[in-house]
Amino acid sequence: METTKKINFSRRSFLQTSALASGGMLIGFNLFTACKEDIKPPIDLSLLDYNDFNAFIKISDEGKVTIFSPNPEIGQGVKTSMPMLIAEELDVAWDDVNVVQGALDTKNYTRQVAGGSQSLRQGWEPLRQTGATARQMLVNAAAAKWGISPSECKTKNGIIINSNGDKLGYGEVVKEAALLEVPENVTLKDPKDFTIIGQGKSNVDIDEIITGKPLFGLDYKVDGMLYASVLRPPAFGQKLVSFDDTNARNVNGVTDVIKFGDKIAVLATSTWSAMKGKKVLKAEWNQESKAESTAFHDEQLLSILNGNKFDTRRKDGDVKKAFSEADTILERTYEAPFLPHNCMEPMNFFANVTTNKIELVGPIQTPAGTAASVAKMLGRDESEVTLEMTRMGGGFGRRLYGDFAMEAAEVSHLAKKPVKVVFSREDDMADGIYRPASKYKIAASIKDGKLTGYHLKEAAINGNMYGLIPNFFPAGAIENYQVDTANYQSNITTGAWRAPYTNFLASAEQSFFDELAETMQVDRIQLHKDLLQNVKGTTDEQIQYSPERLEGVIDLVVEKSNWGKTPEGVYQGFAVYYCHNTHVAEVADIQMENGYPVIKKVTCAVDCGIVVNPLGAKNQVVGGIIDGIGHMLYGELNFEDGVPQSNNFNTYQLIRIHQTPQVDVHFVKNDIAPTGLGEPALPPVGAAVANAIYAATGQRLLKQPYMKYYQPKAIIG
Amino acid sequence: MPTYNLKINGKLQSVEADSDTPLLWVLRDQVNLVGTKYGCGIAQCGACTVHVNGNAVRSCSLLVSSLQGMEITTIEGLSENGNHPVQEAWKEIDVPQCGYCQAGQIMTASAFLNNNPNPTKSEIRTAMQGNICRCATYNNIEKAVEVAANKLS
Repeated sequence: METTKKINFSRRSFLQTSALASGGMLIGFNLFTACKEDIKPPIDLSLLDYNDFNAFIKISDEGKVTIFSPNPEIGQGVKTSMPMLIAEELDVAWDDVNVVQGALDTKNYTRQVAGGSQSLRQGWEPLRQTGATARQMLVNAAAAKWGISPSECKTKNGIIINSNGDKLGYGEVVKEAALLEVPENVTLKDPKDFTIIGQGKSNVDIDEIITGKPLFGLDYKVDGMLYASVLRPPAFGQKLVSFDDTNARNVNGVTDVIKFGDKIAVLATSTWSAMKGKKVLKAEWNQESKAESTAFHDEQLLSILNGNKFDTRRKDGDVKKAFSEADTILERTYEAPFLPHNCMEPMNFFANVTTNKIELVGPIQTPAGTAASVAKMLGRDESEVTLEMTRMGGGFGRRLYGDFAMEAAEVSHLAKKPVKVVFSREDDMADGIYRPASKYKIAASIKDGKLTGYHLKEAAINGNMYGLIPNFFPAGAIENYQVDTANYQSNITTGAWRAPYTNFLASAEQSFFDELAETMQVDRIQLHKDLLQNVKGTTDEQIQYSPERLEGVIDLVVEKSNWGKTPEGVYQGFAVYYCHNTHVAEVADIQMENGYPVIKKVTCAVDCGIVVNPLGAKNQVVGGIIDGIGHMLYGELNFEDGVPQSNNFNTYQLIRIHQTPQVDVHFVKNDIAPTGLGEPALPPVGAAVANAIYAATGQRLLKQPYMKYYQPKAIIG
Repeated sequence: MPTYNLKINGKLQSVEADSDTPLLWVLRDQVNLVGTKYGCGIAQCGACTVHVNGNAVRSCSLLVSSLQGMEITTIEGLSENGNHPVQEAWKEIDVPQCGYCQAGQIMTASAFLNNNPNPTKSEIRTAMQGNICRCATYNNIEKAVEVAANKLS
């Protein structure tokens, strides 16, 4: 069984304490780096400085716990689950814990906590160590007061109890505890003693969300702030030649029109005026590099797949030989389009660039990099930049890129005013950083009824699968195995999109396995289980997944989905996948209604180790699956002459409630350190659905979006 | 610019705006009620849903000039303390992920339940289909509307 890797830090160095002037104890800690020896947390809460510490824990005289964390929330629930880890080991009641996002005057924010699916995995050990260390200091203080050994004390819900039954609340010993040495060795709880981890806890911001409080970047404003709507080149590969802003300047509320690079910003006293002004700007553009179309991308990617110029990313045995000796060869090509992110909160950012400082505020997943890029762009010192993160109305990868923050900074610099750049939905969709189109050609060789070779080729726009992906399943399970990749460099901007590469690779591979099992005339579940036997006990350290854990989720999903035992008219599709350190298996149940496949239910089995917050974890898995279904059924962004052909929800279909199946989630119970959940449930669902549709119709779905096989694209309005 | 007298969350508000300004931007930029969200600007996503005379409407496509004398309710005015049965149900089910679309979802659901306090599952799915949730919290939304319906009846 796999165990948590020990994180190498001295407990003394990652945590510092101080006694607050207003009463209570303040603990400053760093997750992944040591604290500087000479730095202490402040004694005044208004001076919290996230430059020296990742986060702070305040324990008040009343024993109430407040966790101050600059860690932003994009919807994946880490703002709830990470404090749960601290509270568990601190041994306080969750109701006595309050989580506060980093204060407004955050200085030079350089210690960012990892985002996405890695937060919990990386924070698991250090956050618990932090809580346990603080608890031990409180116990040590109480023991000193009683004149006994700390080992004679126990804690429960924020109260220290000694063997005589005497009790002291944490609040009663914080003053003394703050002055103690930070203990070197602390013991973490046995998972069976967890009282908070494993319990469903609501989103910590729920009250603010349901009452409409300002939380998001778009809600942020300061006096005298101008709103900026930016006109960008309408096609990829274009540059600005000239523009006429006469009409824009005549719009009520418009205060200025500013050209920067190949873009033009319309500044106004309201969002509406800025948007109106932009609409009447006249501009001329010149096509400087190729105006690409979807048909052109298709040609390029197919010609790559049919050629022989590849980087070989993993090679076991000799696929060429296996294919030459095969009885049967199965070869299929799978295709997927560009996808925009379409976060519900359009991209936006606030900047106030003055002669002595640069203030940035908004929704961003990469604050440190963005602050550095802005400083560099404006030729300023990084120490002049402050960046505050707001809650984010969705991320899905789009907010890893700071293009909108750079725009805000540049416009504020030129306008010499505080400015908020606001993307319209059209800007957001048409000026995006997209999931690149990609195609896979997969071939397998069968000899004497056995799978002897597997050869996967990837052709994608602008880049290829990350380094570890060639070592995912079925790597290691097939004697002759090869993964080759190549790409076409386009002028269309592309980047990370929820579960990069695997979001379509899993659809391709797991659809292929369904057809492979059929070709081999073996049961598709059994085929996977047989292949996994080959990986057990492997000494290949490159292999990323655990065959036992993949087998575990397969067994669980087979049981929970009533695999193979559904009533007539219900068709099932199966898929299993490993990515983002998590093992997932899914079964989709579909029925045909009026000739269209309707997904009724998805059953999902997940092995993400210990489930820290079952409520949040389930939300992530259900959301990931429905998001995946929506994009695989309906999502596509096509291009003509370099221009995106959809730019709002009247021409781009996102899944809606009436198209949504019920999702039934089951977690494998074990004591393994937790892994990510924001992404891994999404990739397998495409194949689960495609395989179910095949079971119902006999039609293999090779090209996304799948609904194109059934109807002209329907837009619900 | 003309002046409009609007009744928002029970309070009279006088705003100066061009006649073609959507209610959404008056609420967000002028009256400082930012709970109503911008999502698409063309009445396709439902993030900007408010109540006008008790009906759920898309504030991004409703001109300020058409609203004088009408009762406008935003998420901030749905209840005194965030305790409308729909808000309570949202909390109970822990619906939100990123949370951005949820004010609009709650406004649609509350107007719907006002007209149909005992809906079927299929009526719920039809009523809520105008509101997009990019995090896909739809299973939770469906459940929360049911819970709210039980609270109301």
